[in-house]
Amino acid sequence: MHHENPIVTFLGLNFNLANILMITIASAIVFLIAVLSTRRLAMKPAGAQNFIEWVMDFVKGIIKSSMDWKDGGRFHLLGLTLIMYIFVSNMLGLPFSVVYDNELWWKSPTADPVITLTLAVMVVALSHYYGVKLKGTAAYGKEFFKPFWFMFPIKIIEEFANTLTLGLRLYGNIYAGEILLGLIAGSLATGFGGHLAAIVPMLAWQGFSVFIGAIQAFIFTMLTMVYLAHKVSEDH
Amino acid sequence: MLTSSLVLGATAGGLNTGDILFQLIMFLVLLALLKKYAWGPLMGIMKQREEHIAGEIDAAEKSRTEASKLLEEQRELLKQARTEAQGLIENAKKQGDIQRDEIIALARTESDRIRESAKLEIEMQKEQAVAAIREQVATLSVMIASKVIEKELSAADQEKLINDYIVEAGDGK
Repeated sequence: MHHENPIVTFLGLNFNLANILMITIASAIVFLIAVLSTRRLAMKPAGAQNFIEWVMDFVKGIIKSSMDWKDGGRFHLLGLTLIMYIFVSNMLGLPFSVVYDNELWWKSPTADPVITLTLAVMVVALSHYYGVKLKGTAAYGKEFFKPFWFMFPIKIIEEFANTLTLGLRLYGNIYAGEILLGLIAGSLATGFGGHLAAIVPMLAWQGFSVFIGAIQAFIFTMLTMVYLAHKVSEDH
Repeated sequence: MLTSSLVLGATAGGLNTGDILFQLIMFLVLLALLKKYAWGPLMGIMKQREEHIAGEIDAAEKSRTEASKLLEEQRELLKQARTEAQGLIENAKKQGDIQRDEIIALARTESDRIRESAKLEIEMQKEQAVAAIREQVATLSVMIASKVIEKELSAADQEKLINDYIVEAGDGK
C-alpha cells in the first residue's frame, strides 16, 4: 500500500510535489470558503456568514477555555486559520486518492509528518515568541525553573515532547485513516463481490474519518491554545 | 521494508526541507490573506453589530426610563386633575346651596311683601266698602224718613201717636 512520492530537488531543498500541490489546494479552498462566506457582510447575518461566524465563535470558545480573552484575543485569527486549514486538509484525502505512475499525488497534506511537524514547530515557536514578548525575557526564563529548579531538564523535554506529540498525533490519525481507506479500496474491492463487500466498511470508515478529521482539527487548535496559554498567562 | 515505510510515511528517503519551507510560507501567506480579505471585515462587522446591539440596549433603557417618567408624570397630573375636579364639584355644590338659600329667602320676603300689600289692599277696600255702605244707608234712611214724612199725618193720627207715646212712656216705668 505504499506509493512513491514525486520528489524534486531544487536549490538543494527536497520538494515533494504532491505535498506542494495539496498544500496549495487546501490553502486555496480555505481562502475561498472564508472569502466567499464574507462577501456579503450584513449586520443581520444570513447564509454563509452565519456559518463563518459560528466558526469564529467556536474558536473564541476554544481560546476562552484556556486563557483570558484579554491575552488570547490576539490568537483568534491564528486559531481560526489553523482549524479551518487542518480540517480542510484532513478532508481532502477522504473522497479519493490519485496515484499516477506509482506516485501518490492526491492525499491529505496532513498525512505527511513533515507537514504536521512544521505546523507544530511553528505553534511552539510562536508560544515561545509570545512568552518572551508578553512576559519579558526574565519571567519567561524563570518559567523553566518552576516550581523547582531541578525540573529544568523535564521542562526542556516537555517542550520537545509537546512539539512531537502535537505534530505526530495529527499525522498518525490522518495517515492511518488514509492507509485503511487505501487498503479497503485497493485490497478488498477486487472483483464484483469484493466491491460489494467493500461498500459497508468503506462507508463506515469514511464517516469515521470525517469525524476523526474534525476532532483532530479541534484538538490541534485546542492544544495550540493550551501551549500558548502556558507561555502567555500569568497564573501558571 | 513495508513496516518501516509505513511508520515513516512519506519521508522515507530524506527530509523534505522544501515542503517544510513551503508549508510555513503558505500558512503565513494564508493567514495574512485571510486577515486582510476575510477575518478583518468579518470581525469589523461583528464588532459593529456588537456596538449596534449595545447602542440599541442603551436606547431601549433610556426610552424605558423616559416612558416610566412620563407615566409617573401623567399619573401625577391625573391625580391633580381629579382633586381639582373634586374641588370644583364641591365648590359648585356649595355655591348651589348658597344660591338656593338666597332664592328661598328672596321668595319668602317677596311673598311676605305681596301678602302684606294684599292685606292692606283688602283693608282699604273694606273701609271703602263700609264707607260706601254707610253713605248708602244714610241716604236710604233720609229717603225713608222723607218718605215717611211725606205721608200726610192726620190730626187724629197725630194725636193718637202722641198718646201712644205717652202711654208707652207711662207703662214703661
